[in-house]
Amino acid sequence: MFATLLSLPAALPASVHTDNSWINFDVNSLVQNFWPATFDGLTFGAIYALVALGYTLVYGVLNLINFAHSEVFIMGCYGVVATLTTLGFGPSAPNLSLWAIILNLLLAMIVGMVFSVVTAFVVERVAYRPLRRRGASRLAFLITAIGASFSIQYLIFLIRGSNAEPAVTMFIPTPVFQVFGAIIDSQQLTIVIAAVIMMVFTDQYIRRSRVGRGIRAVAQDPDTATLMGVNRDRIIVTTFVIGGILAGAAALFYVMKVPSGVIYNGGFVLGIKAFAAAVLGGIGNVRGALLGGLLIGVIGNYGQLLLGDSQWSDVVAFIVLVLVLLVRPSGLLGQTLGRSRA
Amino acid sequence: MSAIGGGTPTPTARTVQELDQEESFGGRRRFLGGWRRRWNRMARWQQWLFLIIVLAAIYYLPVANPWLITTEPGNDFPISCFQMAVYALVGVGLNVVVGFAGLLDLGYIAFFAIGSYTAAFFTSPDSAVIHIPYLWTLPLAIGIAMVFGVALGLPTLRLRGDYLAIVTLGFGEIIRILATIIPAAKGQVGFKEVGHPPGTDSQGHPIFSVSNGTPWYWLAVTVIIVILMLVGNLERSRVGRAWIAIREDEDAAEIMGVPTFKFKLWAFAIGAGIGGLSGALFAGQVGFVNNQKFDVATSMLFVAAVVLGGSGNKVGALLGGAIVAYIPLRFTAIADYKYLIFGVILIVLMIFRPQGLVAAKSHLLTYSRVVADRVRELRSARGAPSRGTPVRPAAHAADESTRGGAE
Repeated sequence: MFATLLSLPAALPASVHTDNSWINFDVNSLVQNFWPATFDGLTFGAIYALVALGYTLVYGVLNLINFAHSEVFIMGCYGVVATLTTLGFGPSAPNLSLWAIILNLLLAMIVGMVFSVVTAFVVERVAYRPLRRRGASRLAFLITAIGASFSIQYLIFLIRGSNAEPAVTMFIPTPVFQVFGAIIDSQQLTIVIAAVIMMVFTDQYIRRSRVGRGIRAVAQDPDTATLMGVNRDRIIVTTFVIGGILAGAAALFYVMKVPSGVIYNGGFVLGIKAFAAAVLGGIGNVRGALLGGLLIGVIGNYGQLLLGDSQWSDVVAFIVLVLVLLVRPSGLLGQTLGRSRA
Repeated sequence: MSAIGGGTPTPTARTVQELDQEESFGGRRRFLGGWRRRWNRMARWQQWLFLIIVLAAIYYLPVANPWLITTEPGNDFPISCFQMAVYALVGVGLNVVVGFAGLLDLGYIAFFAIGSYTAAFFTSPDSAVIHIPYLWTLPLAIGIAMVFGVALGLPTLRLRGDYLAIVTLGFGEIIRILATIIPAAKGQVGFKEVGHPPGTDSQGHPIFSVSNGTPWYWLAVTVIIVILMLVGNLERSRVGRAWIAIREDEDAAEIMGVPTFKFKLWAFAIGAGIGGLSGALFAGQVGFVNNQKFDVATSMLFVAAVVLGGSGNKVGALLGGAIVAYIPLRFTAIADYKYLIFGVILIVLMIFRPQGLVAAKSHLLTYSRVVADRVRELRSARGAPSRGTPVRPAAHAADESTRGGAE
C-alpha cells in the first residue's frame, strides 16, 4: 500500500492510462461527477453509519470489537432478500402502488431485523457470555469474535454457496429534485432520511430511556453499575439487540442500493468500513458513528472516481482508518458512550 | 522442550506455580503435561538423542510416505508435507506476534502475500523488475515484509490491541484488493515461472521443481530449524521477557520500565518477516503467484493454527500449523468445511481450553531447570503425596520459598 503511494508520478497529469503504471489518476472524472458522487456517497454513508452504530454500542459496553457484527448485518441481508423473493420481487421492479411497496419493504425490514437480532443474540450467548463468565483475557475475546465471524460466514457459504443471491429490485428510483446540478432520486432520499431518523431515535433512546441509562452506566463502569442494581448481562444483550435492529435496517437499505451484493462474505469489507466510520467519528460515540459513516461513504466515492475502480473505495476507507488512528485516535468527536450525558 | 528446534534443547523455563498446576490442575492432569515432565527429567544427552531421532524422522517423512498418514491419492504427499511445513513456519512466525507479545494479527496472510509477490517480482520472467537469484529473494522478502509490518504497526501499536486486530484484518483484505486493481501486480493473470534454488540432477532436470515436493520440504524444514533457533534465542533473551511481560499485563510492563511500544513493534516486524519468508518459500514451490491465494479466510486459519497448537509455545505453533494444513489435505471430504470447522474450534478452544494443545510455559527463568529441579527435591524431601491430589501444603511451602527468585 505504502509502496504504491510512494511511486506516484511527480506531476499529476489529468488522466494517465498506461498499462504498466501503478496507479492512474482521473481528476477529470472526479471534478465532473463531484456532486452526484457526494450524494451517492452520503447514501452509502448512511448505511455504514447504521452498521457502525452496532460496533460502537458493543464497543462501549464490552470494550470489544464485535467482529461478528458484519455477519449480523449480512444475515439481515439474507432475511431481506428471502422475504422479498417470497413476496414476488425479482430482478425487475414490480408494478405496485406506493403503499403496497412501502408495506412490502416494511415487512422485509422487520424480517431482516429479526434475522440480525437472532444472530446477534446467538453470538452473544454462545460465544461471548461463556467467556465473560470465565473472566477470559482480551485476546481470548478477540479470537472468539473472529471465530464467530468466520463460522457464520462459512455456514452461510455451505448453505447458500459461493454465488451472490439473485438481484432483487424494489422500485425504480425516480428523480425528485436537483442540487448543484446533481439529481437526487427517491432511493437516495428514502435511505438517508430513514437512516437519519433511526439514528436520531437511537441517540435519544440511549440518552433518555431507562435502558439507555443502563447502557451508559455499564459503559462507564461495569462493576459500579452492577452494584447500583444494573443487570449487566441484560444490558449487554439489549445492546446486541439494538445493534442487530439497526443492522437489519441497514440490510434493507443495502439490498435496495446494491441489489446483487448479498453474498456470504459480503459483510466483511462493509464491516471494516463501518468500523472505520465508528473510529473516525470516535468509537463509543453514537453521533460520531453518523458523522463517520457519512464521511467514509463520501470519501470512498471520491477515491473510487479518482482512481477508477470501485474497489479503491475499500482501500481509501482503510487508509482513512489508519490515518485517523495515527493523527486522532479518539476520532473526530472523540467522546465515549459512557461520558455522554443525558 | 522443542522437539524440532535442533538448537534449543535447553530445559524449559517453568515457574513453581506451573509445576503445581501441571500436576494437579483442579484434580485433573493436564493434557500432554506428562510428556513435558518426562522430557524435563531426561538427561541432556537423552534429550539430544531424542531430538536427533525426531529430526531424522521428520526429514524422512515424505520419502517414507507412511500408510494411513499419507494424503494420497487425494494430494501428493511430499507436496502436502511441504505445505504443512509452510504452515508450521507461518505458525512459528505468528506465534511471535500472538503468542509471545499478545498482539492479535488477523491479516498475517498479507505478509505472506507480500513475501510471495516479492519472490515473483524479482524472479518471474513476467515481471519487468530486475531479476535476482531465487535464494536472494528470501532475505529480501523478510526485509520488505518487515517494512510493511513497521508501517502498519507504527500507527496502531500505540493504541489498544483491538485496533491492531481490525487494522490488520483490513490490511489483509487490502493487499488482496491491491493485487487485483494495481496494473503492475497483474491481478488474476499473475506471475508464472517463479524462480527456484539452483541445482540439477543427473538428467539435467532442476532439483527444485514444481512437481517434486521433497527437496522443497527439506529446504522448508531447514529454514524452520534456523528460525526456531533464532526465535528461541529471542524468547530467552531480554526481548522475550519483555514480550511476555507485555502479553501478561501491558500497563504493568510499562510501569516496570519496559518500552512496550518498541518491543511490540519488534514482535510485529519479526512476525511479519517470518510471514514474508514463508510466502516466498510457498511462491517458489508453487511456481505461480496471482491474487487468488491470499484471502483473509486463510489468515483466520493461521490464527487458528497458533491458538489450536498453543499460543506462546513454539512447538505448539509448529504442531498447530501442521495440523491445520494436514487435516484438509488428508481428509479431502471435509476440506470444504475447513473454515467452518476451524472457526468453531476457535470459539470452543477459547471457552474450554484457551491454552491450546501444548500450553505455553509459564516463563521467565533463565536458570529454570536448576530451580525446577530444586523444587522437586524439596517436594520429595517433604514427602509430598502422590500426584493428582489437589492441594498439597508441602508444594505451597516450596512455592513460597522459591517464588522470590521465580518472579
